[in-house]
Amino acid sequence: MASNPYFSLVVLFLAALGFGLAPLGMAWLWARVFSPAKPNPIKNAIYECGLVSKGDAWVQFRSAYYLYAIIFLIFDVEAVFLLPFAVAFTGLGVAACVSMLIFVLMLIEGLAWAWAKGVLTWA
Amino acid sequence: MAVDQQLKIELGKQGVFVTTIEELYNWGRKNSVWPMQFGLACCAIEMIATTMARYDLARFGAEVFRPSPRQADLMIISGTVTKKMAPQVVRLYNQMAEPRYVIAMGACAISGGPFKQGYNVLKGIDRYIPVDVHIPGCPPRPEALIQAFMTLQKKIDGQPLTGEKRPRHLNPEAQGEFPVPEQGAHDLEPTSNSGVWPIPVIIR
Repeated sequence: MASNPYFSLVVLFLAALGFGLAPLGMAWLWARVFSPAKPNPIKNAIYECGLVSKGDAWVQFRSAYYLYAIIFLIFDVEAVFLLPFAVAFTGLGVAACVSMLIFVLMLIEGLAWAWAKGVLTWA
Repeated sequence: MAVDQQLKIELGKQGVFVTTIEELYNWGRKNSVWPMQFGLACCAIEMIATTMARYDLARFGAEVFRPSPRQADLMIISGTVTKKMAPQVVRLYNQMAEPRYVIAMGACAISGGPFKQGYNVLKGIDRYIPVDVHIPGCPPRPEALIQAFMTLQKKIDGQPLTGEKRPRHLNPEAQGEFPVPEQGAHDLEPTSNSGVWPIPVIIR
């Protein structure tokens, strides 16, 4: 196993992981075992620059943002499908290219709908 | 148990490094004291100058001034504390996570300073919260703030982990919550925290 070309990389990777996790682990251990917990209501209160915070921080979600979420989702999924297609492009036949083209055209039709609806211009 | 100093030096010459958990813990803590961004008045300008290029405070470990008290170790009270601001100062001190330290910078934070006769001036922040280092000056020069920082580092270095003199954060009975004063009709109520600031007795 030591002659494997990737062996030294694995060792270095584990060392890097340990270098990051060891201080965190030690701090967690210290906090759990040795340091006494001293919570009190003011310490756990919400931070508002020294003032007492009134009311809830949960404001109503603006539903007008749903369009951006939908468009992002569609194009993200499209990108996920296009990436393996691009990798395997040279080994595919005509049928695969045509079906991919139809897929892309369906998504372009969605984009055209959003454009016509006026979502893509500010305000 | 700690190793004798001479033995340590001899071993060090041979290339053997001996230490204790207490030393390592305090070394880690004292070299990474992160202050909180808390400037009140003119001393804050000197504090800002101390963090800038000429008198760089970052080389002592005060790398970043955290905006949130939850992430800070040190609160530098720089400037006059008015009675309107005092409850907020105490509340912020309470919101800092332990271990936490306070440096009272300048005459106003120590005792009211040149504005002591003002109707709205709190005569020293150590009426409400325990202060570790006081720096006299109006304003103290950046070198004085660095000296205070080094004094604080020496203080942290000398704190044992167990026993009587252990720091507040390792002592479950030590006071963790300092009561926040309220704005009364003429003055803050209570006027001082008797656990922190013993009211001086006038002997005639």
